Amino acid sequence: MATKLTARRKRRISPTSESRPVQWLLIGIAFLFMGVMLLLPLYAVFHEAFLKGIGAFFTGLAHKDAQAAIRLTLLVAAIAVPLNVIFGVAASWAIAKFEFKGKAFLITLIDLPFSVSPVISGLVYVLLFGAGSFLGPFLKSYGIEVLFALPGIVLATIFVTFPFVARELIPLMQDQGTGDEEAALSLGANGWQTFWRVTLPNIKWGLLYGVLLCNARAMGEFGAVAVVSGKIRGQTTTMPLQVEMLYNEYNGTAAFALASLLAMLALVTLVLKTALEWRFGQEIAAGANH
Amino acid sequence: MSASVSSVARRLGRFRRPSVIPGFGLTLGFTLTYFSLIILIPLIALAVRSAGLGPEGFWKAATDPRVLGALRVSFVSALFAAAVNVVFGTLIAWVLVRYRFPGRRIFDAIIDLPFALPTAVAGIALTAIYAPNGAIGALFAPLGWRIAYTPAGIIIAMIFIGLPFVVRTIQPILEEVSHEVEEASATLGASRLQTVTRVILPSLMPAILTGFALAFARAVGEYGSVIFIAGNIPFVSEIAPLLIVIRLEETNYAGAAAIASVMLIISFLLLFAINLIQAWSRRRYGYGN
Repeated sequence: MATKLTARRKRRISPTSESRPVQWLLIGIAFLFMGVMLLLPLYAVFHEAFLKGIGAFFTGLAHKDAQAAIRLTLLVAAIAVPLNVIFGVAASWAIAKFEFKGKAFLITLIDLPFSVSPVISGLVYVLLFGAGSFLGPFLKSYGIEVLFALPGIVLATIFVTFPFVARELIPLMQDQGTGDEEAALSLGANGWQTFWRVTLPNIKWGLLYGVLLCNARAMGEFGAVAVVSGKIRGQTTTMPLQVEMLYNEYNGTAAFALASLLAMLALVTLVLKTALEWRFGQEIAAGANH
Repeated sequence: MSASVSSVARRLGRFRRPSVIPGFGLTLGFTLTYFSLIILIPLIALAVRSAGLGPEGFWKAATDPRVLGALRVSFVSALFAAAVNVVFGTLIAWVLVRYRFPGRRIFDAIIDLPFALPTAVAGIALTAIYAPNGAIGALFAPLGWRIAYTPAGIIIAMIFIGLPFVVRTIQPILEEVSHEVEEASATLGASRLQTVTRVILPSLMPAILTGFALAFARAVGEYGSVIFIAGNIPFVSEIAPLLIVIRLEETNYAGAAAIASVMLIISFLLLFAINLIQAWSRRRYGYGN
């Protein structure tokens, strides 16, 4: 009797969970939605890229305009990401290590670019440096082109990736407090020594996490860059812009070949990001919501 | 000693609390300068250019029928997409937090794909799938339903880019909902469905609303993933960001600035609403970030 009762109790589901069939139904719906909405597009990129064989794929990538686009994208990211890293570290140092008035407002301001449409992020620089502005003709008289040139593309990229590093580091450094730094200073270290030998090792994984997200967005940005680039073939087209151009010229294979490189970048980013979360979850946790 | 510290504090005008850590001036100065150069001055340029139209000119540019049409397409599509994302995003967050099944952690990682995949790539991939000869488009074509190059395509693209916002907002909150209230509810005789709809979902409401607002705000401003699949027919499937680009190509800078200002004002109101929800949620439920 007693054994029968416990056996039955074991089979019964917990009152704070759903029955097995309901669980599997919900899991099934989640898988289906994710498969159709997320995995299918990813698969489609590679499928279309290799549709006409591996030869056509490499012909697309080997074209000199594609090569120029890849170089430009790498160059833009190589300028924009380090600048945002310096900003992110400086901003989180000021915000996390000190108490001052208007701090909460400053944190809100740093997140501002996330609520601005990418197209508007590019537009603001067109208005600032374009025809009819004060700055554009002034700089032009010194031979400096901003719009439809590298500086404009870099500025627009910095705008859209502005918050990435800072928003990872601020909560992390706030969590860590100032104890370690105060100890280092009291033992005679100067400010730079404290930063390089105490703070930086403490935040390195969080910093790497922020750099990863910042870089993915910098290389993949489309709307903001499209507005300022002028799309001069082989000169001011980044990889996403080159993808658009090829696609609009009905050169699908070449467009998807280049797109598959960007998709690979996205996958590598996701894998590294996930690895960081699994391995160093505690050390980046404070800011990790995406 | 303490008198001198407080006098230092007074001399600083109580702007900041004294600290032994160096570098405040340098880091805050750099932060504010960089922010001003990259974000603030360009945004001011936008405001100045819009204001240059004068109130009447601005009103005329902002209420041009084609502009209103584009704003309507953007906002209505974003609303639909965010609503779909709330339903499936909540379900996915629930499944990821509450159930254990093979591949769960990989599933969890893939949710961030729309954050990582460049929007132009997503745009052409979705178009390939939903075009009449694509994998899914071909299923609907015999029924006479077209998805790509119609407003339905816009909504699909907006669902794609908005999904992680909902999942990632709800997930951490759901992890913190305590099992005790569910047990209490069950011992008081509630069925599982009653517990879920009357106990758990209400406590998730602020997170769901925040996720909705974030997905909505992102979808309204989205450009790259939408323009390939949209068809871009004025009044039907032309989104507001695209109209900004078109105005720029016509070198109608003031017109572009006017549309951008309207969109920015609405986004900032949304941002404000999100902050209000979170402040309310902190008071009511003790969480929210």
